[in-house]
Amino acid sequence: MAEKRKLCLSAKGLTKVFGFGKTRTVAVDNVDFSFYEGEVISIVGESGSGKTTLSKMLLGLINETEGEIFFLGQKRDIRSQRNKQEYWKNIQAIFQDPFSSYNIFNKIDSVLLDCIKMRGGGNLPKEKKIEMMREACSFVNLKFDELTNKYPFELSGGQMQRLMIARIFLLKPKILLADEPTSMIDACSRATILDMLMELRKEIGMTVIFITHDIGLAYYVSDSVYIMEHGKFVESGTPDEVILHPKQPYTKRLINDVPKIYEEWDLSTVG
Amino acid sequence: MIHTLQQIFHSGKFKLGFAIFTSLLAFIFIYPIFIPEAPLAILGQGTFFPPGIYVNVYDSLDTSKYIINQEGAAKRRIANKLSEDDRVAIKEYLVAAGVDESRIDITNTDELLQQWKATFDPKRSIKGFTNAKRNYYIRLNTALQSLYSTGPAIIAVNDPETNTLLESKKVTVTEYVNVNEVPTVRIFPLGTDNFGRDMLTELVAATKTSLQIGFIAGLIATLIGLTLGLLAGYIGGFVDDIINFISNLFIVIPPFVLLVLISFSIGQEQRGASTVAAVIGFTSWVWTARAVRSQVISLRNRDHVNLSKLSGHSIPHIILTDILPYIASYVIMAMILQISSGILAEASLSILGLGPKTTEVPTLGLMMNWAMIYQAQLQGNWWAYFPVLAVIALIAFSMNLMNTGLDQVFNPSLRD
Ligand SMILES: Nc1ncnc2c1ncn2[C@@H]1O[C@H](COP(=O)(O)OP(=O)(O)OP(=O)(O)O)[C@@H](O)[C@H]1O
Ligand SMILES: [Mg+2]
Repeated sequence: MAEKRKLCLSAKGLTKVFGFGKTRTVAVDNVDFSFYEGEVISIVGESGSGKTTLSKMLLGLINETEGEIFFLGQKRDIRSQRNKQEYWKNIQAIFQDPFSSYNIFNKIDSVLLDCIKMRGGGNLPKEKKIEMMREACSFVNLKFDELTNKYPFELSGGQMQRLMIARIFLLKPKILLADEPTSMIDACSRATILDMLMELRKEIGMTVIFITHDIGLAYYVSDSVYIMEHGKFVESGTPDEVILHPKQPYTKRLINDVPKIYEEWDLSTVG
Repeated sequence: MIHTLQQIFHSGKFKLGFAIFTSLLAFIFIYPIFIPEAPLAILGQGTFFPPGIYVNVYDSLDTSKYIINQEGAAKRRIANKLSEDDRVAIKEYLVAAGVDESRIDITNTDELLQQWKATFDPKRSIKGFTNAKRNYYIRLNTALQSLYSTGPAIIAVNDPETNTLLESKKVTVTEYVNVNEVPTVRIFPLGTDNFGRDMLTELVAATKTSLQIGFIAGLIATLIGLTLGLLAGYIGGFVDDIINFISNLFIVIPPFVLLVLISFSIGQEQRGASTVAAVIGFTSWVWTARAVRSQVISLRNRDHVNLSKLSGHSIPHIILTDILPYIASYVIMAMILQISSGILAEASLSILGLGPKTTEVPTLGLMMNWAMIYQAQLQGNWWAYFPVLAVIALIAFSMNLMNTGLDQVFNPSLRD
């Protein structure tokens, strides 16, 4: 890339340890990285490699055991509740499991209203708020007028994740952490949701940190790819470098695990 | 909300418990409307009148008379006149006079009197009987003659001028009064207690106070437990350590021992019903706090809480909207249990004589205490303690039923 890339989120020696003694797990093990503004960064790894733990630390939802996180080149300080709330205006997330992401006692419009309030729109006239929510919903192909007075659990998994994207649409954060947003839904809505995410990214120009275990997907959407194994980044670079010319055996295995539709299955190995 | 209510009332156990509890409540509130009497008013002179209808003898003399010829009336009259002591004395004589003991049945009046007639001989002296005893039996024999008398009884009044008795009324054996026409009738459906107070009125008032005590105690315990549990669970760290330390203190010293010690040190005079309720509440919050804490810990890292944080909500807002509703059903269930155990705790305290002071209001525990002190159970005065026990059992039973019913609704794995 020709222009100078601006640092957006970076970390040094980031470590997270759960438990102690016999139950001690090092979920994230001394990782360093630099994510640049406007890019799509993919973090790929198999289940249990520490992807979600890393993203929760980046979001400031759990404390790091060791290491430092830098936001826009500055050391991040979110010890006070106030700083945290300020930080969360810049960084947002879509979680892995849409079914547990919503408070089952709150109606859908309150989810979207919170976003408007967070952007300082709490005092806007009611009509204006409704118009904004309607716009956000239509962006993700949901009909706002059918959703008011409904509860999140009355939606399908795909609709819930689309509602999550509508949230991001209203919040317009600098960084979005999407933690396997499509792993719990069917292949058909998966494509739609990815399309919407990428379109939204273009529209508001945010950095997207895309967490997935599907290395093929990472190849198509990202500007840089990080491969994670047992809490460590074992390989990183552009998709071409990492996926077309993998150096690590772990990366090769991840690539080989992707089923290839046009390849004939070797049935002799089965049974 | 409506859906949840429907589900709750779908559970058979909850419905049964709810029905028992509401009928109990309804009775407590309706009864005083019809019988607005002070629950501690002393009516009877004497202890433990058995349940029944009490008709004023004096007033029944002035009530219009009906002549009824009833078969068997004479027999029952004689049986009633022959007292327990007389029967035992007769038996003693008969045995001493050589009648086979197995043939004597003191409950069978007819036979007993026949045996007496056949055996008794005033001139006969029986070995081992003193002269005084012989005279006693002669007097008894004369008295027994009058058992058969059917002449009218004469009611006389004293003429203050001449100081003589004037005949005012005659009562014959076939005269009856209608109970409905006697102006002064008192019904004691559950008899009276050791102080001569109407047991039912007292029981209703006691149930009401005990429920209030249980409710206040349950509310206090639940509020304290809930607040501490939420703080310890959500904030964690130092706050959690302090709260944990306090709860451990309360766990190491069994709450009932603490309850006894505190009640004792407050002293009889200061112990009103609400004080006792507060003391029970302050000593029984620990398990609620523990349970709430562990539930909050499992909730606080859920994604919906994370989303709420990311939406810029403050900690109090998150606790109130993202944590509390999720444990509300559990807290309500815990509170129902706290209420019923509060009632039981009051009863246990009062039986030990550490309950509320006795002059103000009756409670279920106090009633048990009174019955016990006056040895109702030894004298066979079942009405002084059995209804109280039944009410305590009914309250605990219905509340536990409601609780299991709720459990089935909130915890799908328990549904049958
Ligand atoms: N709260 C926790 N307490 C203890 N251990 C945890 C906790 N959260 C995660 N771990 C452990 O940390 C490791 C990484 O978990 P993480 O959820 O980050 O994996 P992941 O890469 O997101 O997996 P997946 O693809 O299945 O979502 C796992 O071994 C997990 O058991
Ligand atoms: Mg994960």
